[in-house]
Amino acid sequence: MSYLKSREAILFGAIGCLLLVVATRFPGFVAPQNLVAVFTDTSPLMILAVGQMAVILTRCIDLSVAANLALTGMVCAMINVAAPDLPVAVILAVSIAMGAMLGAINGILVWKLSIPPIVVTLGTMTIFRGIIFLLTEGKWINAHEMSPHFTGFPRADILGMSVLGWIAVVVSVVMIVAMSRTSLGRSIYAVGGNPHAAVYTGIDVGKTQFAAFVISGMLAGLTGYLWVARYSVAYVDIAGGFELDVVAACVIGGVSIAGGAGTVAGTLLGALFLGVVKNALPVVDISPFWQLAISGAAIIIAVAFNAQSGRSKGRVILKSAEHAQ
Amino acid sequence: MSLVENAPRHIPDRLRHPLQEKLVRWESLLLAVAVAIFILNSLASPYFLNAWNLSDATFNFTEKAMIAFAMALLIISGEIDLSVAAIIALASTAMGVAMEMGAGTPALVLVGLTTGLMCGAFNGALVTKLGLPSIVVTIGTMSLFRGISYIVLGDGAFRGYPSSFSWFGQGYVFWVISVELVIFAILAVVFGVLLHKTNFGRMVYAIGNNPTGALFSGVRVDRVKMTLFLLTGLMSGLAAVCLTSRLGSTRPSIASGMELEIVTMVVLGGVNILGGSGSIPGVVIAAFVMGLVTFGLGLLNVPGIVMSIFIGLLLIGVIALPRLWAMWRNNAR
Repeated sequence: MSYLKSREAILFGAIGCLLLVVATRFPGFVAPQNLVAVFTDTSPLMILAVGQMAVILTRCIDLSVAANLALTGMVCAMINVAAPDLPVAVILAVSIAMGAMLGAINGILVWKLSIPPIVVTLGTMTIFRGIIFLLTEGKWINAHEMSPHFTGFPRADILGMSVLGWIAVVVSVVMIVAMSRTSLGRSIYAVGGNPHAAVYTGIDVGKTQFAAFVISGMLAGLTGYLWVARYSVAYVDIAGGFELDVVAACVIGGVSIAGGAGTVAGTLLGALFLGVVKNALPVVDISPFWQLAISGAAIIIAVAFNAQSGRSKGRVILKSAEHAQ
Repeated sequence: MSLVENAPRHIPDRLRHPLQEKLVRWESLLLAVAVAIFILNSLASPYFLNAWNLSDATFNFTEKAMIAFAMALLIISGEIDLSVAAIIALASTAMGVAMEMGAGTPALVLVGLTTGLMCGAFNGALVTKLGLPSIVVTIGTMSLFRGISYIVLGDGAFRGYPSSFSWFGQGYVFWVISVELVIFAILAVVFGVLLHKTNFGRMVYAIGNNPTGALFSGVRVDRVKMTLFLLTGLMSGLAAVCLTSRLGSTRPSIASGMELEIVTMVVLGGVNILGGSGSIPGVVIAAFVMGLVTFGLGLLNVPGIVMSIFIGLLLIGVIALPRLWAMWRNNAR
């Protein structure tokens, strides 16, 4: 029974209901082909969300993911303009390395100088965006300037799904294994669950947080290339405000902002939930302007839900006295 | 988000000289920075030292500082409100709706302030009644409040506010002293007294340092926190009145990203982001520093987004430098 009460099961049910409701009016929405399209459309969010999950698990937060994505994406596009014949494999390697480096900057500041992560990433968020402007002077890089293999890669079709979708699948599988089967993954949970206990078991808290930021940065960098190639355009403001969607996906997926609790599967379902909502709104003829308010409400409901399910049943003498006043 | 402190606590064997104590305080360092920026600016641009230009420069920070005062108290108590810019958007939209319905200037101001207060009450209730972490709650309400603005306005805008309404953002009390600057000065005094001279202020510090300890000493923690969220909402409503009045129009994207600058201002003012310490004079000086930096760079034709790099570096730098300095001193010893 407890299996049915898990966050994953509830979210799965919620997404199912949502699809069912839309399907009663628009059966075409649940056609396999369209579901694959929705999955592909949500892929960037899923990739970023599992990276963000690792960071939140260690009691940190990374608000710079969208800016990292935009900066890395812009650099990839500039490399492509400068050297159109460079193979995609090199671009992928560059994007991951660069994303990891930007993540490492956040990580170093948190690890070595113990600056609160929210301050660090609020700062780097604006700095990264500013650097894009310095690099480009505000100019756009458009589709006609990019080479066909650069833009074609994420859209290439393998077994009915685009490469972008497959990359999300691969990233998810790797993260599931990494979080549950490697010592780094277990350290990440330990650090978030109880930092003091983690220190006594020989885990370096700062170093683990650093590793989580590098993971998040790496995935943001990878998504940067995929994003720019998929939409065939790069400019200063791409994915503006996307970091909030990413945090929302984590919170909806049951990742506790206090650290230590959350799963990859839950996070992926949280991202898919937002993705289905976003894609369903125009279909059922609701103005896309509703989306922001809906995701805001979803965050609040999800976090209230997280708090209720995580509340201990122990005796809280003082609190009850406080309310009795 | 507590951090494991590795650094050993340094206990001095004798007190420092009072004058030295005053000189190395954060506020004094910040004041020196402000003066340096002032001098650099007047050397860099011939247009800087002009009463009207300087008066214009104050608009860069007055609205943000109104919210920053309340935010400082909130952060000292260990909470944060990232939804303040979204509250401005919602309050401004509410004023727009009221204006369409034919409300006069006093009613418009009332609508703006009430909307801010209600948003603050919503945040406060979620944090204190349901016991939710304020950072996630306010990330959620940030989307929710601005989302409602978007639902109401879409890609449209409200304009055509009554001419008497423009007094708040465009009026001058005396020569170059704008209405906003006067509001800023009054609020600085009010919040300074509230934090540093009243019981309430002591409670805010107590909660920030040790919420459980504060509760055991008879502080009604939830009630104080609720009051702080209400205050932050009210100040956001007031800022919405001033900003709407100054711009003369409302769009759903109004004040977007302002929460970042406000948090930067508070942290730059020496408030510990983890709660427990900070002062209002520090925030006042930080407001001037940020205003002078953005205004000076603007005179030198530096685009806004490049200024944001400076703000970001400032935010990280002011926290990193003292820690680097401490590390360097520990190593040297």
